[in-house]
Amino acid sequence: MDSSRRFAPHASFGSLTRREALLGATAALIGAAIPAEAASTKTIRAVMHAPLRLIDPITTTAYISRDHGYMIYDTLVAADENFQPQPQMAEWVISDDKLVYTFKLREGLAWHDGPPVTAEDCVASLKRWWQRDTMGQLLASYTTSLDASDPRTIVLKLKQPAGFVLDALGKPSSNVPFMMPKRVADTPATQPITETIGSGPFKFLKEEFQPGVRAVYVKNEKYVPRKEKPSWTSGGKVVKVDRVEWVVMPDAQTAINALANGEIDYIDEPQVDLLKLFEGSNDVVVKNNNKFGLQVLARMNFLAPPFTNEKIRRAAMLAFKQENFLAAMVGDPSGYKVCGAMFVCGTTLATDIGSESLVKGDGMVEARRLLKEANYDGKPIRIIQPTDVNTQKAQPIVGAQALKDAGFNVELLPMDWQTAVATRSNAKLAQEGGWHMYFTALGGAEMSNPLTSAPLNAIGAAGYPGWPDDKEIQALRIRFAEAGSLDERKKVAAELQKLAYEHVIYVPLGQIATPAAWSAKLTGVLDGPAVPYFWNMDKS
Amino acid sequence: MFGFILRRIFASIPVMFVVTVTIFMLLRLTPGDPASVIAGDNATAEQLARIRTQLGLDQPLQQQFFDWMWRLVHGDFGTSIISGTPVTTLIADRIEPTLSLALATITLSVIVAVPLGALAAARHGTWVDRAVIALSVLGFSIPVFVIGYGLIQIFAIELRWLPVQGFRSIRDGLAEFGTRMIMPTLALTFLYVALIARITRTSLLEVLGEDYIRTARAKGISERTVFMRHALRNAAVPIITVIGIGFALLVSGVVVTESVFNLPGVGRLTIDAVLARDYPVVQAVILLSSLLYVMINLAIDVIYVLVDPRIRY
Repeated sequence: MDSSRRFAPHASFGSLTRREALLGATAALIGAAIPAEAASTKTIRAVMHAPLRLIDPITTTAYISRDHGYMIYDTLVAADENFQPQPQMAEWVISDDKLVYTFKLREGLAWHDGPPVTAEDCVASLKRWWQRDTMGQLLASYTTSLDASDPRTIVLKLKQPAGFVLDALGKPSSNVPFMMPKRVADTPATQPITETIGSGPFKFLKEEFQPGVRAVYVKNEKYVPRKEKPSWTSGGKVVKVDRVEWVVMPDAQTAINALANGEIDYIDEPQVDLLKLFEGSNDVVVKNNNKFGLQVLARMNFLAPPFTNEKIRRAAMLAFKQENFLAAMVGDPSGYKVCGAMFVCGTTLATDIGSESLVKGDGMVEARRLLKEANYDGKPIRIIQPTDVNTQKAQPIVGAQALKDAGFNVELLPMDWQTAVATRSNAKLAQEGGWHMYFTALGGAEMSNPLTSAPLNAIGAAGYPGWPDDKEIQALRIRFAEAGSLDERKKVAAELQKLAYEHVIYVPLGQIATPAAWSAKLTGVLDGPAVPYFWNMDKS
Repeated sequence: MFGFILRRIFASIPVMFVVTVTIFMLLRLTPGDPASVIAGDNATAEQLARIRTQLGLDQPLQQQFFDWMWRLVHGDFGTSIISGTPVTTLIADRIEPTLSLALATITLSVIVAVPLGALAAARHGTWVDRAVIALSVLGFSIPVFVIGYGLIQIFAIELRWLPVQGFRSIRDGLAEFGTRMIMPTLALTFLYVALIARITRTSLLEVLGEDYIRTARAKGISERTVFMRHALRNAAVPIITVIGIGFALLVSGVVVTESVFNLPGVGRLTIDAVLARDYPVVQAVILLSSLLYVMINLAIDVIYVLVDPRIRY
């Protein structure tokens, strides 16, 4: 007697037994749980490096807001893989005297809600952007006028020739000069915008946005991509999927499990030690698609002794060896690069001038000698020590040990990241000697240019915490801005780096990679200085 | 009873006021402010100062407090400093996962733990009792995230029966909802079963030694009736207390479970808001949690009367 007949008399569902029906129902229930997509909808689910909360990429320098900007907005100019500015929304003509830049918007540009993009919109966007962005502020200071001469023409007139205009308009990372409708761009630059209308390749679904949970984008069907191949943020932004969901996962292991299980397709900056789980996997690709990663650095407090003394700053720098920091932070040598270039290894401005002791790690004897010569009084060096952010944890410990070895008296100040940011920004506390040093890691894209490098902007109180006030450095930054040719810029950048090392404006501690992991079902994942870009990506 | 409830509601007003003042002061005394989150890591001191001014964080503390209180008495919890979303919308979006998890966990825990605790009390001193105690110790000792990862490894990675993470509303279908709730509920249930089973056992053992139980047995009432009608009902008060407080704890957020299973609940909202110093969100969540505790305590007191007529207010 078979089992089906045994149960058949009083427990069948049509031709099924109760057990078969139960198994079927369970299978259906489980099947429903596997992420399913309608056959016609291609969706990429990505876990980004941070939750999106701020939707205004101009009021914040947060990278997640920049990434959101690239989804829904477009730029007049964009950088290609050779660092060259390329036309994106506009082509341009430069007058012979290099004082007038005329931008002509290309045809077919329209806002997500229908109206065409006009020159007036772009002028308003640029004027809002240059109130916030460091490079934008510099551009504003060189500008005589910025106007729309007709609906498709923008005219920028300068007081004197400047070599950085196109670089500023095509800067790939925060704050990116994204174009917004005039009514949005007229929002004061101190007040975050609330509208999400752009002209970019994706539209933002505001009704599905849950801050800190998920952000959803759909393909902008009316977007007209350029014909060129995509290269960094330039070229054709061809969208090949219908929908992109940014899913927030606070737990790194859960994100890895979800990728392994096919529930998500992409992880931006996964926890590096967990990536070993994908070694030998055919289903997941692990690649460093962010060309520059992060530059690790130490910054001293220029407002209070002992680091007001250049000799003592120099002693501290000589005590450091980049490899020690990088090994403690990352471990696996393939995940970091010893690099003395302030403007990031692999860029056109890269040079190792002035970085010899940091790279070789042979400065300890000289550090001790200098410290003695400088009459260091033995008062403790207070180092801010963030304890809750992976990329910030190890440096204070390594740095403290190196400083102790050189003869410094060191005190670590453990705190959470937000407190660390607030503490280091507190100039009054700094003046009172409340802190003397902090470590951080900044995006290679910003650090690759003397005009966008925040710690190199030695402008004093209005600058980046640490507040060096160095007129020689500032003069060289201006020379760099005005340099007309690449050769001239390289020459000035080298001088600038040499001087910055001599004055110990900050201490570069090498570069760390920020690889991404994605499903092998994804194709067309682009490289760039501010990835990920979701155009050109396809999903099988 | 009605008078008692009214008195308790009025008595909660000063409690809530103390809570509001305490939350406000604690947040302002904590170093850091939301301006640094908004500005990002590259921001200059000048940019930070401008954002602080724009947010009103440079105003005197008492001014900030009275502004908040004024909005609060008008039913306005304010807007998130970070995202610009109304706080009530943020909380409403997060309440479904939290309530679902809390209700599922507490229901399953009661269904499993009360009979288990009763069984242990009934078989006091036997291997059954010792097994329940051992299970209970295990439930207390294993961290929820370990159980969570274990369940994910077995049911999601190896067997592929359930999704690793996420939440779907019950409006998206029972299967979508249920399959995502199974593992987080099980992970939390271990702890709550341990707690409730232990309290049930202890409470029952205490009651089983009472004179009226001996009298009932002497009158020839069956052991089952003695246990179910006389012992269990009289042992209910501490069990109800634990269940009530357990429910309040679950509703006010279980951050680890929410993180491991990626449930966008109130716990994660609170932690994110604290780390970002998003004052209006933290203040609203803590205030509402405090109100919830007050209400649950009131409900527990009312239930006491229903299960034990000797209790009078």
